[in-house]
Amino acid sequence: MTENTKNNEMEPDDQPEVEPIPEPEGETEIIETDFEIGQDNIASSWKLEFDIHQVVFTVSALGIVAFTFLTMAYQTALEPVFLNVRDWLTGNLDWFFLLSGNIFVLLCLFLIVSPLGKVRLGGPDATPSYGYVGWFSMLFAAGMGIGLMFYGVSEPMSHFGSAMGGISVGEDGLRTDWAPLGGAEGDTAEAARLGMAATIFHWGLHPWAIYAVVALALSLFAYNKGLPLTLRSCFYPIFGEKVWGWPGNVIDILAIFSTIFGLATSLGIGAQQSAAGLNFLFGTSTANPMLVTLIIVITALALVSVVAGLDAGVKRLSELNMALAAILLIFVIGFGPTMEIASGFFSNLVAYGEYLPALSMPFGREDANFTSGWTAFYWAWWISWSPFVGMFIARVSRGRTVREFLIAVLIVPTVLSVLWMTAMGGTAIGQVVNDGFTGVQDAALELKLFEMLTQLPLTGLTSLIGIILVVVFFVTSSDSGSLVIDTIAAGGKVNAPTPQRVFWASFEGLVAIALLLGGGLVALQAMAVSTGLPFTIVLLGACYSIVRGLMSEPR
Amino acid sequence: MFEHKNASVHLSWRITVPYQHIMVPIDLEHADRMGKAIDTARALAKQFRAKLTFVGVTSEVPGPSAHNPAEFEKKMAAFAQESATELPEGASSKTYVVHDPTAQIDGILLDAVKEIGADLVVMASHIPNVMNAIWPSHGGKVASHADVSVFVVR
Repeated sequence: MTENTKNNEMEPDDQPEVEPIPEPEGETEIIETDFEIGQDNIASSWKLEFDIHQVVFTVSALGIVAFTFLTMAYQTALEPVFLNVRDWLTGNLDWFFLLSGNIFVLLCLFLIVSPLGKVRLGGPDATPSYGYVGWFSMLFAAGMGIGLMFYGVSEPMSHFGSAMGGISVGEDGLRTDWAPLGGAEGDTAEAARLGMAATIFHWGLHPWAIYAVVALALSLFAYNKGLPLTLRSCFYPIFGEKVWGWPGNVIDILAIFSTIFGLATSLGIGAQQSAAGLNFLFGTSTANPMLVTLIIVITALALVSVVAGLDAGVKRLSELNMALAAILLIFVIGFGPTMEIASGFFSNLVAYGEYLPALSMPFGREDANFTSGWTAFYWAWWISWSPFVGMFIARVSRGRTVREFLIAVLIVPTVLSVLWMTAMGGTAIGQVVNDGFTGVQDAALELKLFEMLTQLPLTGLTSLIGIILVVVFFVTSSDSGSLVIDTIAAGGKVNAPTPQRVFWASFEGLVAIALLLGGGLVALQAMAVSTGLPFTIVLLGACYSIVRGLMSEPR
Repeated sequence: MFEHKNASVHLSWRITVPYQHIMVPIDLEHADRMGKAIDTARALAKQFRAKLTFVGVTSEVPGPSAHNPAEFEKKMAAFAQESATELPEGASSKTYVVHDPTAQIDGILLDAVKEIGADLVVMASHIPNVMNAIWPSHGGKVASHADVSVFVVR
């Protein structure tokens, strides 16, 4: 099936080659398959041009419309069903999510130190597609930025509060409290440590390992093996040529479903949260017209970005985003409790390391509310986002070695998350513990960040940066998501016509507006999170494929 | 070749219409449908003893025409080689590897005109996929922004 292909040095033309032709890429093990990229596509140039995978595109587009209308039409009946499905999965299969999460982290850590880490994505002589700043900005902005805005302050506070409250046991002998592990009743310092450790656990190695597994599998099979850049390619070692048939179609369609519903529902809910923030700052309305306007603005910006393309649109916005986030972070560190944040950064890292084994233990847990309501929910959430974020990371990661890739996707974001959580959450906890300020504690989730900022100087300016960050983070998720969906729906082709990108980006905005006005945002989001289960199984398969694929690469 | 009764006419004609380097953007994926443009470019190259350069744009992601940029470049070179027969100045190829061909192709082609120093662009009016989606703006762009003549083959 496979053979080594030596990519020989090209005979130079009579033209002096200046750039940007990369160096010859060296030996890779190209998988020879009879499948030709785009063979199942239908293309048209009549009036509106398109180039789409007929099954994947058609089923996805129709399925999304059907699901959206069903959810709106029967929301009272479906919402409890969808919520129950999600709660059942995270409640009863929490051990499975936790166990899988640990496997992903261990695999990534193993690959960093093993000789397999030397393999370069794109061949031994491939050069990196992007510089560190652009690369890192893009992978961060697509995957996590928006969550950090909302949970950076609120989650540490929440765990701190429940840990302080200690353990309470109901009549049935099960714990009714939400404290992580055994809590730390009445012990302020330990509760703060535990709260920070639990938060970092949810935003640290595990989510990034989930993204890294998908991204690494895709990069490897696209850049080194020459298979199309679409989710099904990771399963070539498992399904063989069948991957081009229905098993692959199912995987790709599921990926599109989870991506578009994850994005659209986040966009809808995010619009509500942004409107609440705007209301807090400027007293603007939080009614539907305002929300729809916000969604339209975000979608319009995303449209401009996808049409401008990866470099001129997505990359620039991501860099802008990182710059703004850095300004906000540096501001909070500088004007907040600087020394406490500095020392807190290291002590929180230690706390994370100390509590990590207990927090990630899949079996024999007594803190059921915490493991299923927080950890398993998060894991399902990250995993349902992983096809999108992973594929986007893959798209921009060519030319890195596996080791370099994993350090950048796993270690660096984890360290940055620790810093962010320490600065945002630690400052808020400090406000309660040291200053007796309970504003953050009492505020609604989406306002906690802004409440925290009121205690620092230049509140108006920093809050404005905060709200811009929220909006731009949504735009960067939306534009990269549309690129990813378009590529999957085009059977892995990245050069499909522009109208298709416009279609997906607008579609996502429309689904968000429909669900916002018709109801069903929460229900459908629960459904999107539930796709975490099938994808966990898919990801475990990808782990096997990665190892198989890396071992057959020349090192 | 045109027959000219008067040699001086022939001479002045050669001096006033000096195409020395013709650029032909091609889409390897649909090279079969670009025969007319390629034939036109070859005829002109023969006529004016001009160099012919085929320009291809690809991404780093595997596509229908190649598994990777190096293979794409190889195929471009082979394509140029095939098309070079009977051309006095031969034909060569130039490959541009970009992150996002759909969005970047128009700008890249304009850059390519300058970079290779072409004085004539011959392109198919209708190249499916990437090209035709942006064709309305792109054709206008190449025609109005390029400093050189653009021959659109329908």
